[in-house]
This record gives sequence, C-alpha cells and structure tokens, in this order.
Amino acid sequence: MEDRKAIVQLKNITKSFGDNQVLKPISLDIYEGEFLTLLGSSGCGKTTTLRIIAGFETPTEGSVYIEDKDVTDMAPYNRDVNTVFQSYALFPHMTVFDNIAFGLVEKKMNKKEIRSKVMEMLELVQLHGFEKRKPSQMSGGQKQRVAIARALVNSPKVLLLDEPLGALDLKLRKQMQVELKRLQKKLGITFVYVTHDQEEALTMSDRIAVMHQGHFEQIGTAKEIYEKPQTKFVAGFIGESNLFEANVDIISGNELELMMENGRVKAKGEGFVKEEIVYISVRPENTHLSDKDVDGFTLKGIVKDQIYVGSVLKTIVELPNGKEVKVNNHPDAYVYPVGAAVTVYWDPDKAVVIHTKEDKMYDAIEDAVLK
Amino acid sequence: MDDAIKGGAAMKRKEKKKMGAGSIIFMALVYLFLYMPVFVIILFSFNKNNSNIAFDGFTLKWYLEVFKGDSLMKNFWLSIELALVSMVISVVLGTLATIGLYRYEFKLKKFINGLLYVPIVIPELVIGLASLASFSKMGMTMGFATMVFAHVTFCLPFVIITLRSRIADFDSSIEEAAMDLGANQWHTLKRVTIPMLTPGIISGALLSITLSIDDVIISYFVSGAGDITFPIKVYGMVRGKITTNVYVISTLMIIGIVVVYLGAGALGRFLEKRKEIRDIKKIEAQ
Amino acid sequence: MKEKKKKERKNTLPILCMVGPTSLWLLFFLLIPLIYVVVISFMTKGAYGGVVFKFSIDSYKRIFDPLYLTVMWKSIVMAFETSVICLIISYPFAYMLCKVPAKVRGILTLLIMLPFWVNGLIRLNGWSNILRDSGFINTLLMKIGIIDQPIQMMYSEGAVLFGMVYTFFPFMVLPLQSSISKLDQSLIEASYDLGARKVKTFVRVILPMTLPGIFAGTIQVFIPSLGAFFISDVMGGGSAAYLGNLIQNQFLVARNWPLGAAFSVLLIIFTLVVLKAYSKVGDLDDLA
Repeated sequence: MEDRKAIVQLKNITKSFGDNQVLKPISLDIYEGEFLTLLGSSGCGKTTTLRIIAGFETPTEGSVYIEDKDVTDMAPYNRDVNTVFQSYALFPHMTVFDNIAFGLVEKKMNKKEIRSKVMEMLELVQLHGFEKRKPSQMSGGQKQRVAIARALVNSPKVLLLDEPLGALDLKLRKQMQVELKRLQKKLGITFVYVTHDQEEALTMSDRIAVMHQGHFEQIGTAKEIYEKPQTKFVAGFIGESNLFEANVDIISGNELELMMENGRVKAKGEGFVKEEIVYISVRPENTHLSDKDVDGFTLKGIVKDQIYVGSVLKTIVELPNGKEVKVNNHPDAYVYPVGAAVTVYWDPDKAVVIHTKEDKMYDAIEDAVLK
Repeated sequence: MDDAIKGGAAMKRKEKKKMGAGSIIFMALVYLFLYMPVFVIILFSFNKNNSNIAFDGFTLKWYLEVFKGDSLMKNFWLSIELALVSMVISVVLGTLATIGLYRYEFKLKKFINGLLYVPIVIPELVIGLASLASFSKMGMTMGFATMVFAHVTFCLPFVIITLRSRIADFDSSIEEAAMDLGANQWHTLKRVTIPMLTPGIISGALLSITLSIDDVIISYFVSGAGDITFPIKVYGMVRGKITTNVYVISTLMIIGIVVVYLGAGALGRFLEKRKEIRDIKKIEAQ
Repeated sequence: MKEKKKKERKNTLPILCMVGPTSLWLLFFLLIPLIYVVVISFMTKGAYGGVVFKFSIDSYKRIFDPLYLTVMWKSIVMAFETSVICLIISYPFAYMLCKVPAKVRGILTLLIMLPFWVNGLIRLNGWSNILRDSGFINTLLMKIGIIDQPIQMMYSEGAVLFGMVYTFFPFMVLPLQSSISKLDQSLIEASYDLGARKVKTFVRVILPMTLPGIFAGTIQVFIPSLGAFFISDVMGGGSAAYLGNLIQNQFLVARNWPLGAAFSVLLIIFTLVVLKAYSKVGDLDDLA
C-alpha cells in the first residue's frame, strides 16, 4: 500500500480553539482511490480533521498537502476537494439542477457541457426527472443524493463526507452505504468519510482511522482493526469484546501464558516482557465455554444469564471477582444452564494482547465496553 | 383534589375551543379604535368644504385637483422620495453589515452591536436634535441630504435586526457549501446569501419605508426651509386649518398600499401558476 | 462542534467592506452627534442662540429648577401611564392574535401596521376631529339630545394620554406576540392538571414566562413617549408642556442649545439606565 500515491497528506497537524486543543499532533497519508473512514465518538476531532482538509479550518500548526501541493493557507474555493455536508446544505432558492450545476457555473463551463454533466450525475444517483424540483419538495434520502451529486459533478480529487447518512432511517442508511461504496468503486475517486458508527465504517471502508481525543488510535484495514486492535480504546470501541487485565508469565516465541486475577490463560503476541501488565481482548464470538478442564486455561466462572437475540445466543458468565464475560454462540449451540460452573477459554490466535498505557483512556474504555 | 383535577380537565377542554365571542368582539373593538381616525380621514377627503371643521357634503373635486400643481403634493412626493432613498441606503448598508456580522468574528464586534441598539432605544427626539446640532457645526445646511442622513441613521438598525433574525435561521453550512464548490466570498454573497435573504430584505425595506413615512420628530429637526416633507407641512397646519387635500393624499396613500399589497400577492400567485403550467408541459413533452 | 468560520488570515478586507460602511455611518452620524450633544451641554449659550465654546455647568444647574423638575416628573408619569394602559390593551390582544389560525394572523398583523402609512400626526388630527367640541362625537350626542353642552375631550392631559396610547400601543403588540407565541402549551396544561385555576395559572405561569416580551414592549413605548412632543402639541393644545416640548422649545425657539442639550443628556442617561435594567431581565434582541 505504501507504493500507492498519497493524494492527501496531513503533516503534524494540531488545532486549538482557544485553550482547547482539539487535535494533538496528527499525521496521515490518504492514498489515491481509497475509501478512508475517520471513526470515533463525538468530540474526538474527526470532523475538525475533515474541515482542515476542506479548508474551513486552518491548522494551528502543521501543514496540509493535496497532490504534493501545500494547501494549508489555501481557501476552500481554490482546493480541488468537495464536501458532502451532514445537513446536506442544499441551496433552498435553487432547483436541483442549479444546485448540482453550482460548482460548474463557478468554473465558467459552457451551458451545453453543464447540462450534459448534470444530467449524467442525476442518472448516477438515480434522480432522473428531479431537475426542476426544489429542496423543500424532497425527502431526506433524495436531498442526500443531490448533495452527493452536487459535490461529485465537479470531479474532485477527493470527496469529503461528514456523517452524511446520520439523518436517515436505518433501512435507507444501509441502502445508501451500499450505494456510496459502489459509487466510489465505479468513479475511483478518493473518499474520506467521517462517522461515529463503527458498523458503517467496517462495511464501507478500505481503511479506518480510529480517532480518540484528538489523535489516531489505530489506522488499518477493517479486518486489521477488528481482529487485531492495537489499543485498549480500539478494542473496546470496535465491536463487542471481553477485556481482561493480565500479567505476562511465560513467553515462548509468540506464545504467551498469562496470569489473571481469576486464573491462567493463553494468547499470542510479540514484543512483550515478563511481568508486564497487559490487556487481553477477545471477541464474544471467539470466547468459548467448557464444563471440562481446558489445557492452559484455569479461568472458571458461573453461568449467570442466557439471552436469545435471534441470530445469536448470548451467555453471560460471572467470574469470581465479579467481572462478566460475554460469550456469543450460534442459537443452536449447546446451552449451559444458568448456575453451571464453566471454564472460559479461547483460541490463543484469536486473542489480542495490548500494551497498557497510563492515561485517561482508562475511563473511556468503561463506556465503550458497556455498549 | 379529585374535584380540582376534574375542574382542571374540564377547563382544558374549554381551552381547545376556538376563540370565544368575547375575544372576537374585543379584537374588533381594538381594530375599530385603531382605524377610527383613518375612517374620518377618508370621509373628510370627500368634504365639500375645504377644511376639517365640519362635514358639508360629498364631492370628488379635491381628488381631481390634488395632482394639479398644488404644493402639498410636492411635499408628499418629497416624503416618498425621502423614504425611498433612505430605504435603499439602509437596505444596502444593512444587508452587508448583517452578513458580515454573521460570518465573521472580529475585535470591535461587541461595540458595533451595541451601537446598533442606540437608535432603537433612544427617543427620536435626541437623534433629531443631535443631528441638527452636529450637522450645523459641520457647516451643513439643513435640507434633503441632512434628512436622508438622519433617517438612515434611524432606520438602519431596524433593517439589520430584521435581517439578523432571518439569517439566524440559516443552515450554517450553506455558505461553506458554496465556498466548497468554488465560490469565493463575493460570489457566495451574490449567488447564495443575498438571494436567500430576499424575503428578509423585503421586510426590512418595508419597515424602513414605514418608519420614514411615519416620522415627524426627526424630520422636524433636520429639514431645511425649502425641503418640507408632508408631515412637517401638516404639523404647521395643525394649530389652524387643515386643508382637505391633506386627507385626500392620506386616503390615496392607504389605497395605494392596499393595491400594491394585493397586487404583489396576486402577481406572485400568477407567476407561480404560470411556472407550474410550463413545467408540466415540459415534463409531458419529454 | 460547528464553529463560526475563523479564517484568521486575509479576512480584513471582506470585514471592512461589509461592516465598515455601516460602522462608519453610525460613528459619523450617530455617535459623534450624541457626543457633541454631551459636549454642548457643558457650554454656554451664545448671545443670538447657538453655542459659545466656554465651559460652564450653568445648564445643569438650571435643569434642577423646580419648574423643570415638575415637567420632567410629569413626563415620566405620563410615559408610565401610557405604558401601563398600552400593556392592558396589548396583552390580551397579542394573546388572541396567537390563537388565530396562521393565515388570518398574517393579515391581521398587516392590518395593525397599515395605519402607519398615514403619518401619525395626521391620524391624531383625525382623532381631534372626532373628539373636539365641534367634533363628531359631541355633534352626534347633541343631535340625539343626550347632552346640550359639548363635553370637552380635547386639549387636556387626558387627551394627551389618549393620543400617546393610540400612537404607541401597536409597538407593544409585536414583542408581546412573539413572546406569547413561544409559550410552551404543555406547561400551561400541566398547571391546569395540577389544579390551578385560570387566574392562578395566568399569574404564576403565563405572566412570568412572557416577562421578556412585556419588558421589550414596555421599553418600546416608555422611552419614545418621553420624547414625542408632537402628540402633546396636537392633543393638548399649546398648554401642554412635557419634557419633549421643553427640549424642542429650548432648541428651536429659545435657541438655548446648551440647556436643551442638558435635558437631552438627562434623557439619554435615563434611557441607558432603563436599558441596563432591562438587559438583566431579557434579551436585547427582542427589542424590534
């Protein structure tokens, strides 16, 4: 991936509003043709980052490059990027046609060309026949598509999308996710997408940059982020996970044996030292139960609850110290009765071991894990 | 407690009823109160006698005469001119200022905001005489120009406040969207912000004209010997005789506004209907 | 986290072009004249009127003359009475205006503003036609035979009050209406639900919630009333003397500008005090 051309580069960007430092230094390379998502909860700085790329904010420190040109001081109307806004921001006094044509009129394109491009766009977003409508006469989903068309018709190098699907109902949102991804693949334009919805990010993105409190926690493909979270925050934020604190006891190659408050467990990982305190993150679907002993695992608990959720059977196991472990199984799998004593175990390959970092992320994890 | 709740519920049901007869009568009386002198004015415009002392009988002759070189008409047109010129200046200055205040943050912003409220709350009297005093000191002769200066000073803040409440309802991303699509500050203004503000601008303009036409006090102070507006002329008459053409002109004003208002409404609806028909034809033709 | 755009660099030109003209205008035609008035109040009257630039606080000494103080007090009382009566009329009116369906409301609101296109002076003159001794009411009553001497209604303090109320009450309707329309119905219903009857609900729920509108309306009536000299002229005849007449007189007849200016300064200070008191209670933006 490093061979690909970086179309947008953020170099050591910080941004402060008064005393509030919203972006600690961040750096990011966005590659041509990729679908990159900035993922995080509100206040993490993802929208600010997007606005810095667009030009609506100037960084306090650092520089922005688009196609190797320093655009840090360049106004938004001179940059070759376009934005799809969360509130659509359609011009209420103009028809759909004029809205979409807006950027082309600014470029002083001739009328015939404008007409053909706009009509082409309308076909692309499936809004043929809507040219004369005004925004007030359209539904949310339709306005959304006009906003997208209005941005794309200018053939920008990069399309920035600021939580564009937030106001749509669930079904429509899922539909649009598929459409947007299809659109991006077809046009080959670089998309930079901002959302707080991790499912959305996992569905659509080539790469995800997880943000928290103004910096990037992890940047990687959806698969990497999901299966191998590198920090406690990412482990807790993405999908469901069981998070344990443990002590590294025995290291042999990349195989680890660890001591937890409630027993011993096994995992895999590199770069750890003996006695180090770490986190272990295991997805509930990778967590298993047994009423027999399991080699290497002495983590035992009592089954507390069974919850049937249609496609999944959730079992909650309580450990001696009160901590709850979530186990997800196929609904037809064997059900351990409430009160049964079980051993909790997993495939060491599927457990992710994370270094601990002593900072405020501690508190945030509690919130994230409770999802 | 139960009874009280039942009573409360019963009262709630009563509230849901549309306005009671009492309310309608009250409102009608208030409107009557408001319009009584207007009716008198219209009535007296037909007065045979050329004064307001007694009503002698109906005649249309004053209406026919009013446009003939009578100096009162001249005063009236002066008032209209004054109102229009002040309105144009107030609207242009006010629109730019409102948008500027909305878009940008800058050091003196609070001070300017405060300054805007001064003409609204200070009695017109003070503005009038302050204008007179300082214009004289600056060596200006009182005339049309000084009246315009004073009127704009008085109307401008009202225009800005009207526009301000409209612009507050804007989607904050709209101007950003325009700039994102390639329009610089000036183009954004021209193609997006000002067109969107048009209803507000019209309200502000109407407000400005109304304030200007109704004004007595400020004009009183800053008018020159040769530039007497309609209200000043009438003020001079008030102690003595008021000639009938005063009433005629006032009546014509009322008729004029009603016609303009109804006409604008009808024109608007007519244009929309025509556009609808054209659009339908276009779609059918495809 | 939508911040107002802050392009720190290169914004000075747009700001200057947009806010500049208005600021300069207000500076030149408002602020400086007002400052000049304050300056004049500390000067001496010229022999033939006008101002001589010799510092003196004579004017301020003079305004505390008991005669003038009586006039000022009368004016404040008159303005206050006007505001109260306007409030009594405007409040129910605004309330009913809010109950009316939206389409009708637009027309009704326009109908309130329509009379203003006939100059206030002329409308007051219309009233003098109706109210004076040989006017409409008296003529009618005498014809019917209810009275044989005309009732004097014009050229009295009562007439001035009447004229004030007539001129200013529409200015109270709009801020009141905007405040009332923002009333949360569910709070009123909650009050009924809890057993409070109509009067109690009004006093303890509705009135407090519409206080900003009441204050805004009151200020828009009270302060202009202090300076509306033409109303007392038309309705009160030459006899009526209020602060407005006093100032007008000093400036244009007696040509004692420093004295007139001193009164004006007093008026300005009074206005600012009222405004300050208001800003503690409500939002300045409601004032228009």
